Amino acid sequence: MTAPGDVERAPDERDTAPSAPWRRYAWLPGAAAVLIILGVSLAVWGPGMDFPTTISESRASTQGGGSVVLTETVRERTGETIDGAVDWLTEEGDWLFDGISDAVGRTLVSIEDVLKWVPWPAAIAALALLSFVVGRWRLTAFTTLTLLYIGFMGLWENAIDTIALMVVAVAIALALGLPLGVLGARSRIADGVMRPILDAMQTMPSFVYLLPGILFFGLGKPAGIFATVIYAVPPVIRLTNLGIRQVSPQAVEAALAFGSSPWQVLTKVQIPMAMPTIMAGINQTTLMALAMVTIASMVAAGGLGDDVLRALQKNQPGNGLIAGLAIVFLAIIIDRLTQSIASEQSDRRSAG
Amino acid sequence: MSPDRPQIEVQGLWKVFGDDPQRVFAPEHIDKSRAELQDQLGAVVGLRDVSLEVEPGQIYVVMGLSGSGKSTLARCLIRLVEPTRGAIRFGGEDILDYTSKELTEFRRSQIAMVFQHYGLLPHRRVIDNVAYGLEIQGVDEDTRYRAAHEAIETVGLGGWEDYYPREMSGGMQQRVGIARALAVDPEVLIMDEPFSGLDPLIRRRMQDELAALESQLHKTIVFITHDLNEAIKLGDRIAIMRDGAIVQEGTPEDIVNRPADDYVADFVQDVASMAELRGAPTAEAEAAR
Repeated sequence: MTAPGDVERAPDERDTAPSAPWRRYAWLPGAAAVLIILGVSLAVWGPGMDFPTTISESRASTQGGGSVVLTETVRERTGETIDGAVDWLTEEGDWLFDGISDAVGRTLVSIEDVLKWVPWPAAIAALALLSFVVGRWRLTAFTTLTLLYIGFMGLWENAIDTIALMVVAVAIALALGLPLGVLGARSRIADGVMRPILDAMQTMPSFVYLLPGILFFGLGKPAGIFATVIYAVPPVIRLTNLGIRQVSPQAVEAALAFGSSPWQVLTKVQIPMAMPTIMAGINQTTLMALAMVTIASMVAAGGLGDDVLRALQKNQPGNGLIAGLAIVFLAIIIDRLTQSIASEQSDRRSAG
Repeated sequence: MSPDRPQIEVQGLWKVFGDDPQRVFAPEHIDKSRAELQDQLGAVVGLRDVSLEVEPGQIYVVMGLSGSGKSTLARCLIRLVEPTRGAIRFGGEDILDYTSKELTEFRRSQIAMVFQHYGLLPHRRVIDNVAYGLEIQGVDEDTRYRAAHEAIETVGLGGWEDYYPREMSGGMQQRVGIARALAVDPEVLIMDEPFSGLDPLIRRRMQDELAALESQLHKTIVFITHDLNEAIKLGDRIAIMRDGAIVQEGTPEDIVNRPADDYVADFVQDVASMAELRGAPTAEAEAAR
């Protein structure tokens, strides 16, 4: 569109242009303030000072006639405030959480019912056929053998539970994540708000999500789904956002020049062109959901995670390995299947 | 539109990039050079008081080096870039007054653009690229494929309908770009350095074909280029831009014979033989009419 140095680039050049001299030294007062605070604190408390962690201190007399010191720390106060907020939310949002819990539970049961109703040879045959269509012999052989392994190890039913949990969690994660990704790509404000939250979500230890899950939904599958959705949603948001931002501005400009509405630009240009990246996000989200669904057996969500957990509690490494392998195999099958489907879609367009 | 009125009329058009573009119009700044404004205000002048008139059926060439503002001007004409001040009239209506709905309608029905880097949609076949303009207007599939097919034949790509852009060479992709613009049957075509990315042989052939096409279709074309040979070959009128302003405007003969200043003279010097060129474009322009 523009050669280097063309005027259209000009707004960027402005950033590197020399700014007013006072701006260059704006850090000086900041540095001075830090030094002063440091000096004063050292003078008052000396080098061995502690953080003031206590909010209040009071003495209370005991029945024996003595007295004890009651302290409240900043951390206690903060933790209690958050607990209170969660309590309030649990009570006030009761109807909402119950409704969600109900809907999620019903969906899960019907998916499980259907999957368990299908005779296992038919299920294996169908997946083998799908593998052959998208991935040829190697994937077919792998799918068939690993599914047979799961069956012979007596893990078929639990594997179905795990898959049902994963499917529901991924469906919810995509329903939330795709629109949020689009929003983040189109609005700088939304992106600025979401980015640190997503960073936090991805750094937070995954077990932490189980707690609010239990509080809102009680022990059971909905709590597991809640934790899984939160754990698994970041990649699809990030990669949808990234994919849309990476769409060539020339294509978008051309679409606008022909009178596309913003919705048409999104649905006919940006999303289709971002599809390979979005599919990578969906793939990541799916695999993360599978991982979290296993951990969610700690809140009685059921599935293959149960077998691992039981092996852990009874100290049976053999059983743990058998169930663990089943999870790995499921992950590989799902990963290869979705990737093959995605790449088959975009092969011709991106080939040279 | 009355026949005696120019199809496109640009009046006093300014485009200023920067935080507070209006500052440039203060009496103490307005006469400063582009470099001074950038240093002192951090404002970059893309277009400075540009005025021009394009008659119906003309090829109007805007020429200049990169950074001269010619691409900005092209994008202002279709409001991909919002001008800071001035007026752009199409058949008497100022498109800068258009609401976003009117602007969309204007882009759909009256004007089409061809881009230097084609701007094709890689996930769509050639036919669906060419039919894109009609598709977003809600034209049914049969009608739009028929129009697209016709446009593809016009640019000599018959038989390539089901290929994807990446399977084609640069010259062929630009033909798709031209077909896409023709398919919506616009009154005005904006062509932003359409042949700059092509190698010289293909470029010359495309220029010839465009001239031939224009002699059949009689579209009004605003053609952006940095190549004086191309400008002289295709243009009925040429405007030469420098630092965002038009330094000379006239017929190809005017430009070659009476360069307005050293800048234009420099350009003209690059042209191999003046005598040869003085003859050639006129004859071609005559043939085109």
